Amino acid sequence: MTPDYYLVLAAILFTIGAVGVLVRRNAIVLFMCIELMLNAANLTLVAFSRITGTLDGQIMAFFVMVVAAAEVVIGLAIIMSIFRARRSASVDDSNLLKY
Amino acid sequence: MEDLNLPPIDYAALSPILILFGVACLGVLVEAFAPRRARHPVQLVLAIGGSVAALVMVVLERNTRVVTIGDAVAIDGPSLFLQGAILLLGIVSLLLIGERSLEAGGPFVAQAALTVGSEKDNRQAQGAPGNTEIYPLAVFALSGMLLFVAANDLLTMFIALEVLSLPLYLLCALARRKRLLSQEAALKYFLLGSYASAFFLFGVALLYGYAGGVNLQQINEAVAASQNSDILLYAGLALLAIGLLFKVAAAPFHVWTPDVYQGAPTPVTAFMAACTKVAGFGALLRVLYVAFEGVQWDYQPVIGTIAVLTMIVGSVLAVTQQDIKRLLAYSSIANAGYLLVGVVAQNREGVSSTLFYLVAYGFTVLAAFGVVSLVRDADGEATHLSRWAGLGRRSPLLAAIFTFLMLAFAGIPLTSGFISKFVVFGAAIDGGQSWLVVAGVVTSMIIAFPYLRVIVMMWLSEPAETTPTVSVPGWMTSAAVFIGVLATLALGVVPSPLLDLTNDASLFVR
Repeated sequence: MTPDYYLVLAAILFTIGAVGVLVRRNAIVLFMCIELMLNAANLTLVAFSRITGTLDGQIMAFFVMVVAAAEVVIGLAIIMSIFRARRSASVDDSNLLKY
Repeated sequence: MEDLNLPPIDYAALSPILILFGVACLGVLVEAFAPRRARHPVQLVLAIGGSVAALVMVVLERNTRVVTIGDAVAIDGPSLFLQGAILLLGIVSLLLIGERSLEAGGPFVAQAALTVGSEKDNRQAQGAPGNTEIYPLAVFALSGMLLFVAANDLLTMFIALEVLSLPLYLLCALARRKRLLSQEAALKYFLLGSYASAFFLFGVALLYGYAGGVNLQQINEAVAASQNSDILLYAGLALLAIGLLFKVAAAPFHVWTPDVYQGAPTPVTAFMAACTKVAGFGALLRVLYVAFEGVQWDYQPVIGTIAVLTMIVGSVLAVTQQDIKRLLAYSSIANAGYLLVGVVAQNREGVSSTLFYLVAYGFTVLAAFGVVSLVRDADGEATHLSRWAGLGRRSPLLAAIFTFLMLAFAGIPLTSGFISKFVVFGAAIDGGQSWLVVAGVVTSMIIAFPYLRVIVMMWLSEPAETTPTVSVPGWMTSAAVFIGVLATLALGVVPSPLLDLTNDASLFVR
């Protein structure tokens, strides 16, 4: 069992997340895609930790989890306050600022 | 099992960062326990006092050159200089944020959770005292910036990036009026910002695989000697650069800037334009100069192209803007391009000229947004450019100040804008990047046009019935604008003290 497969899987997950942010319209789904990207990075870190035989990658994964949790709090707060006023979480409806 | 050894920690060198983190946590406690009436003065004094204390520590530690706390933080010339700059600009922005005399209750919403357009929201817009959580948030952002410019490994840099970004996302959403715009700005900033930091993180992961660690020195050694695939190195560097270039608003990662600058409360916009730019460029300089010196010939053309693109996008789109805050946002994008010219120069002058530019630009932009917050009508700030027509007749002093700032942005001699462009372009020529200088000069001429248009509009048009009044500023806004104008003038007339300082501060520890 080689850890290389995990790197490939992580790259695929990261790409799904990155493309998802570009094509989806719901702010919550965009947000989930970003979380997917962060977790793909976590998987990469842990896989490299195994390959290089150092522990740093696993420690970093813990830090990233904490950061992701903090980001959820901020993000949902912003999306909630917009949803209350507009009754919609679609990013296409937030179109007051342009040109 | 061997004992765990704590790495040596140089608390004195870290004290500016620790002081600000402490003050921010204290601010949260004040928010919880102090009576509502007392909060505003207490928080304001705490935030400004903490920043001043941190600044004093930076000055006392000015000769420290050390890598501490397990090689995670490097306190050296550039980081001390940038920390000092961030704190100075931060104190001036806190003055703008703390201003409460321009409208009843200040520029921030009383309770962020109130639904926009509800009855309670209309009542708070009438002048309920604005919320004071902005101070701990701003101080958290400042402390993140101090750590960001000093981070010596990529994990610390990522954490600092989030510590500085997350409070900024919230600050953007807290305007008292035009709350839909403000919340939309926050949403856009948040989604794109966390998208960019996810790229940054994946870059960190790839570089960890390449170098076996995320320390900048370790990466530098790996670049010279590693047997691992170069794909990891280049992909990692590219993804890392996306995250950093997003923060400094370089094209093509600039699209958030105009929307966020327009929608956010003006004091917060000023804070972002001045301090975030300093922090972002500080981190970019450290990453490129310390970790990736070995591949500079590979990334130089790429960053150079991004610099040219940024200058062109910023200056050409600035010409078409109809809103003063958006105009300043595009001007900030163009300035990011000029700063990148200094970054790509890849010599000691490149670092020192970028440091000089950051300070000079920061003060000018703070003063400019300070002036913008003064031009008001019944609905709050009047930011549409057509409303500024004839302002010179209504309020000559304010129009004269703004004219001076516009000329500084355009790079007229005797202002700091001229000197900073001059040193940056000089460093680029020394570094053999004359093509960037050509692009820089051409775009400076293009972007002078929108600045001059504002000046002409203010002075040569007749004031109309609807021309907004200029509020009499409180002492805090007056002080902020005065400091900004004074610095712009002083750095234009006698730049040599600061130039010497940046020259001394331009060596990274390795």
